[in-house]
Amino acid sequence: MLQDILITGLVTGGVYALLAIGFSLVFGVARIVNIAHTAFYMLAAYAFYVALTVLELPLLLAVALAIGTVTALSVICYRLVIAPIRQHESAVLIATIALALIFQESLLLTFGGHFLGIPAAVEGYASLLGVRVSNQRLVVLAVVAVALVVTWYALYRTRFGLAVRATANDLEIANLMGIDVGRIAMLTVAASVALAAIAGVVVAPVFVVDPLMWLSPLVSVLAIVVLGGLGSLRGSLAGAFILGYVEAITVFAVPAGAFLKNGVSLSIMIVVLLLRPEGLFGVAFEEER
Amino acid sequence: MRAFATLPRRAWASLRADVLVLPSRIFVFVGVVALVALPLIVDDRYVLRIVTMAAIFAVFAASWDLLAGYAGQVNFGHALFFGIGAYSSALLSQRLGLPVWLTMPLGALAAMLAGFLVGIPCLRLRGAYLSLATLALPIIAISLLFAFPGFSGGELGISGLRRAVTSPVGNYYLAVLTMLASVFVMWKIGDSKIGLVLHAIREDEVACRASGINTVRYKLAAFAISAFFAGAAGAMLAHFLRVAGPSSFEVALSFQVVIWGVFGGVATIYGPVVAVFVLYPLTEMLAAFELFRSVRLLGFAVIVLAILLLMPRGLVPWLRDKIEAVCPRCKNRNAVVRRACRVCDATLA
Repeated sequence: MLQDILITGLVTGGVYALLAIGFSLVFGVARIVNIAHTAFYMLAAYAFYVALTVLELPLLLAVALAIGTVTALSVICYRLVIAPIRQHESAVLIATIALALIFQESLLLTFGGHFLGIPAAVEGYASLLGVRVSNQRLVVLAVVAVALVVTWYALYRTRFGLAVRATANDLEIANLMGIDVGRIAMLTVAASVALAAIAGVVVAPVFVVDPLMWLSPLVSVLAIVVLGGLGSLRGSLAGAFILGYVEAITVFAVPAGAFLKNGVSLSIMIVVLLLRPEGLFGVAFEEER
Repeated sequence: MRAFATLPRRAWASLRADVLVLPSRIFVFVGVVALVALPLIVDDRYVLRIVTMAAIFAVFAASWDLLAGYAGQVNFGHALFFGIGAYSSALLSQRLGLPVWLTMPLGALAAMLAGFLVGIPCLRLRGAYLSLATLALPIIAISLLFAFPGFSGGELGISGLRRAVTSPVGNYYLAVLTMLASVFVMWKIGDSKIGLVLHAIREDEVACRASGINTVRYKLAAFAISAFFAGAAGAMLAHFLRVAGPSSFEVALSFQVVIWGVFGGVATIYGPVVAVFVLYPLTEMLAAFELFRSVRLLGFAVIVLAILLLMPRGLVPWLRDKIEAVCPRCKNRNAVVRRACRVCDATLA
């Protein structure tokens, strides 16, 4: 059981990390609480399904197509819906909720409410620490690791990453230093949705794919970013694995744990908030006026 | 006798002096009269049912506005109070056999207590942290409901509740009159000194504290009052539908109330109420057509999005600015057709 917990926690934590880092980036740079974030993850899973089984494209092309379409869609949504109402924070929030609902309902209309089966990209099982792990889960782990390293490199070793971090740190000063803040915000949205899309594509064969699959990870992602500190990347990473393991432990070790899964992780979030209101790695925000 | 004889004339005089001078007041007046008179004109049970539900949700939406709009504590888990009201009232009436007239206020009080308790940790949080942390609370409550089905009825909830009154018209008046009373009370609170302090807390809490205001006390009061009305709405809906289920804690309901609030216009109280009376029947009517049934939620989301792009401050403030202008000198509102201010006679631009 211990090995089960170790592996499951690692896989869930990795997927959560991809989602949470993107979410956290967008909040840090553009101050957008993007409720539709995991809806894009769902869209990517569906796009992958269409590319693979309906259009019958080869695997890599299908992956590229799914991630590309969803990222392009996110930029369109940002330009058409979010950018015009950026000044009104609450309106932006509702707009992202509405977007998520629109995606959910459109998928429900097109594909129906039932689960979709997506064939695994790689068949077979491998033995790891004495646990049978499907190869697809190993692929998930590998992709997550690569995506995280690339994200880290882009953020900490490139000029674009420097601009993103500067904007997240202090929007006004970044603007004064000649950074095109609006463009950075748009690119960050695109990058974060691309991360979510990668997560959606790799988990599609492992998790259930249905039009409500965005809700449960959304709750976890919100818990993670609050737990780790909004806008903090290290925090999101740590929070993702903490929550991944907590969920794995609850499911495997507690009776009726599947029901309590969300409850336990959220309770942990609340306890952390009480002890450290700005999250584990968060910086206490200066009073923003 | 004399007093009675002049009553109609005095009523007409005060109606003309206080209500008919402003278009928004005329709307409120007509709306209230229409709501009270509706069962006399329409006999359709389906229509009555929809308006009853809308009235109950209007209380819920207004209570969210008091907390999120006025005090700026943008609560994403308002369904928690709604659900606690529903379940407390249901449990008290089912398990202890108390009369419904007693359990509904008790449910509201239980929610009020919950609001107070939730408010304490929320004192330490602000902005997005507060929203996201409160979002978690109803989800924790749902997982507890599912984990202890013996007590809570699990997935099915507690069904077979008694109604406070049996006839549809009776239920209609119970809901509508409670709604009018609660909304009036909340609007008065928003207009009072408490409301002013809550505005100040939202705009700048530090400055508010520096002015010698005990913001802790006011924020907790906002949580408790708001939760009280949300719990009352929850209890009413549970007894009206005769079931208290886990759906009253749903994330969708928490989002729904945020949508109503922002759609109608925050920090107004009347905005969310109007939003509920517009959006709720609209979605129900869309569902009545076979063609639209499957696209109901989609249509709802698209309408909300379109309205937000057109009028980001919400529907009601936008409408109000179209039909009324603020006098540049005395800041009183005037009908937009007037040339001179009705109070100070200044020329209106």
